[in-house]
Amino acid sequence: MTTLLIILVIVLVLIVLLQIALTSDFINFIKGDDDEEGKSKFQGTMLMVFLILGFVSLIWSVFYFKGRFLPAPASEHGHLIDMNFDLALLFTGIVFVVTQILLFYFAYKFRYRKKRKAYYFPENNKLEVAWTIIPAIVLTFLIVKGLNSWYAITADAPEDKIVFEATGRQFAWVLRYPGVDGELGTLAGRDKVSPTNELGIDWNDPSSKDDFLANDIVLPVGKPVEVKIEAMDVLHSFFLPQFRVKMDAVPGITTRFWFVPTITTAEMREKLGDPEFNFELACAELCGRGHSSMRKVVTIVTPEEYEKWVQEQTPYSQLVGAYEQKSQRQTAENANNTTVQNPEIN
Amino acid sequence: MSDVNTTMEHTHSEADHHAHEAHHENFFTKYLFTMDHKMIAKQFLITGIFWAIIGAFFSVVFRMQLGFPNADLGWLTPVMGRWLTPDGTLDPNFYNALITMHGTLLIFFVLTAGLSGTFANFLIPLQIGARDMASPLMNMLSYWFFFLASVIMFASLFVPDGPAQGGWTAYPPLSYLQGQGMTLWLLSLTFFVASTVLGGLNYITTILNMRTKGMSMFKMPLTIWALFFTAVIGLLSFPVLVAGFILLIFDRSLGTSFYLSDLVVNGQFLDKGTGSPILYEHLFWFLGHPEVYIVILPAMGIVSEVLSVNSKKPVFGYRAMVFSILAITILSFLVWAHHMFVSGLNPFVGSIFVLFTLLIAVPSAIKVFNWIATIWRGNVRLNPQTMYAIGFVSMFISGGLTGIFLGNSTIDIQMHDTYFVVAHFHIVMGVAAFLGMFAGVYHWFPKMFGRYMNRSLAYMHFWVTLIGAYLIFWPMHYLGMAGVPRRYYSFDAFDAFSQFAGMNAFISIVAIIVFAFQLLWVANFFYSIFKGRKVQESNPWGATTLEWTTPIKPGHGNWTGEIPEVYRWPYDYNKNGHEFIPQTVPMEEGELEHEETPEPEKVS
Repeated sequence: MTTLLIILVIVLVLIVLLQIALTSDFINFIKGDDDEEGKSKFQGTMLMVFLILGFVSLIWSVFYFKGRFLPAPASEHGHLIDMNFDLALLFTGIVFVVTQILLFYFAYKFRYRKKRKAYYFPENNKLEVAWTIIPAIVLTFLIVKGLNSWYAITADAPEDKIVFEATGRQFAWVLRYPGVDGELGTLAGRDKVSPTNELGIDWNDPSSKDDFLANDIVLPVGKPVEVKIEAMDVLHSFFLPQFRVKMDAVPGITTRFWFVPTITTAEMREKLGDPEFNFELACAELCGRGHSSMRKVVTIVTPEEYEKWVQEQTPYSQLVGAYEQKSQRQTAENANNTTVQNPEIN
Repeated sequence: MSDVNTTMEHTHSEADHHAHEAHHENFFTKYLFTMDHKMIAKQFLITGIFWAIIGAFFSVVFRMQLGFPNADLGWLTPVMGRWLTPDGTLDPNFYNALITMHGTLLIFFVLTAGLSGTFANFLIPLQIGARDMASPLMNMLSYWFFFLASVIMFASLFVPDGPAQGGWTAYPPLSYLQGQGMTLWLLSLTFFVASTVLGGLNYITTILNMRTKGMSMFKMPLTIWALFFTAVIGLLSFPVLVAGFILLIFDRSLGTSFYLSDLVVNGQFLDKGTGSPILYEHLFWFLGHPEVYIVILPAMGIVSEVLSVNSKKPVFGYRAMVFSILAITILSFLVWAHHMFVSGLNPFVGSIFVLFTLLIAVPSAIKVFNWIATIWRGNVRLNPQTMYAIGFVSMFISGGLTGIFLGNSTIDIQMHDTYFVVAHFHIVMGVAAFLGMFAGVYHWFPKMFGRYMNRSLAYMHFWVTLIGAYLIFWPMHYLGMAGVPRRYYSFDAFDAFSQFAGMNAFISIVAIIVFAFQLLWVANFFYSIFKGRKVQESNPWGATTLEWTTPIKPGHGNWTGEIPEVYRWPYDYNKNGHEFIPQTVPMEEGELEHEETPEPEKVS
């Protein structure tokens, strides 16, 4: 009912505006004077008012959102990204303020007057060269800075990294850790996926044995971490906003991203004064119906806590009884092989 | 003697014949299957308006979901039907359908066909001095392919599992996994591309071959330059999109796997080998990025023309403007992978695209400075088309500058696929292109329909649109910096994203108001066609270009007599004491062309 009323009010307002506009144009027409000067003056003044109010609201909005946009980065390379952001903001900010002011001010200042003569000024090569070269120099600077950071961020991870695997599927992340041996077992192929082998792990690889699946991401502070990103069905994107980490999960290929967390969840909670605070993992590539529900909590702990946590986990192979099953299955497979192979030999 | 007589009679009867034809056009040949470029332009415009209303309505519905997630939309059931769950909320699948269709409709059907289609058809023959397009038949086919694409797209809204839901980019494997809606979507866009290619070929041929006497390339108005390069971009990039779509159709219907590798969907294993969706991303963005220039270049051309005519001052740096459009055209083909910095692309390849992407800011900056220099010391009539044009420049600055953030791969790691991107492209190619289009429609309305649009309504519409657009899209930058991802049905699951609920509600309210005012523009448009004030003079804005030398309501063929000859460039405003000198006025003895104008210091 309220909605209906709101719509009705909007429609009525529109009709009223329509009528006012039609009448005012009609009156102008009847009076026969098209007060071009007056209209230009009014619109020019409006442009100046808009310019000033616009800048006031812009400043206000920065304070309104203070601390919420671009939250302090929680990773080492995050500072590089934010440094580039600030640089770009500085230069574009200057250009933004200057060009917007000139645009609106010129429109106001040089608005139509009956007696004014416009100045025939078709071109000036010096000016053109100046405003080609200056942006080019500024952009070169931004490109060099940006690419330096880009190569640093996308360089190979250090040797002592911790690797874990995040697999996107509709609509959850499956997280696999390498277990105590620090090595992720290889994947045997998606055709091996079954209710007891969610990812298609190769049980013949000995390093698979102690791999475990985790409900949430737990990582130690101050250590390089490499996430190996996989997708099972459609495109997903592994996104940790506070850590400035984003990389698509692509079916058929493995993508990687490495970073160093710089603050633990406990420290962050204290810093923000928010005991409920959690870092989060989100999906940033449209993946279907449940796209907005692919959340995991990311907990950053001290290295000691991390070691302890790893020790406490139950390997996935043990949970699904992979090795008991495997021995049975192998017997069965051997039997099959003999039956299949025999006719060929004969 | 008798010979002369027969010849004269012959000529006479031929002229008669033409007049005869013109008089006996019936409804179908005049309004539907017309080959008159002006009528085809109006067909594109009105079809574009139809799709703009639907596309914008979709955005209002999903803004309701984002701003008021628990609102009861039950009252929309008569329109939305199955798209709503029984308790009146929007179904997530249909939310995805809404964002997909909103993007597809506005980018392709409104801002490509509706903008390029309208102004290329309308202005090219009129401004270069031709009686019609090089091939009026192909031109007609171009519209009817577009119409067919529209019908199929409209039909896809009603299939049982809903229209396409994979985003306007339709990345596989998600698009592979969808139903009939996606099939129709692909089919529709294939016809759409056929329309664009037919149109583009025609525009290029017409501009190159059919210019009137004296109209050298560098005497063409900037609108024509912009439309020319737009057509070139479209002709080179749209076929690649179709190639990409055809492979996707093969994957969906014929069992190939260009884009698919082994998948497990809902626990079901799909044996697809080792294709890659990255291939699709490359093919898609090879059109997808030039597409934004297809959208913005015509608007730039319109704005250059409108600012110059109404400032009564030559457009500043005409040649620089032409060469910057050329530079944009070339660079537009070398930047596509900046949409793929975090797609798993080799970082080195990414860095090449950073270079070209940031380079494209240079010609864009030149254009902005030139527009500002154009109004400097002008005599600027702040009529609605000028206001729209100023709005365009303001929006283009705001949205263009955020492109410098996104084109930098390092910053893009954080901003990719967030509301920062949404804000960027809506401002720079959505709102800006629309403002350019509004400027063009208001400016050429007298030529199209022989009447004026209502001026007070246009002012109201302009202000609400400009202020509203900033209020809607400016806050989205902050949301994006905080990481709020786009295409989310709901932010409830995430602490980091749900904190902006109040802002989302605010954005939605403004969006609804702005939508309502677009309807006011539509009302103004249709009212003015029939009831607007009649045009009395043939050159109401005091412009120099050829379209204003035609009769007030030109028939098919545009000029009643000879096509006028052109002697000068189109921007002789306030030269030697004349407010404007039409292109058809011969150069006076000793008069210098604009290139040879003395430096301003020496003028005084």
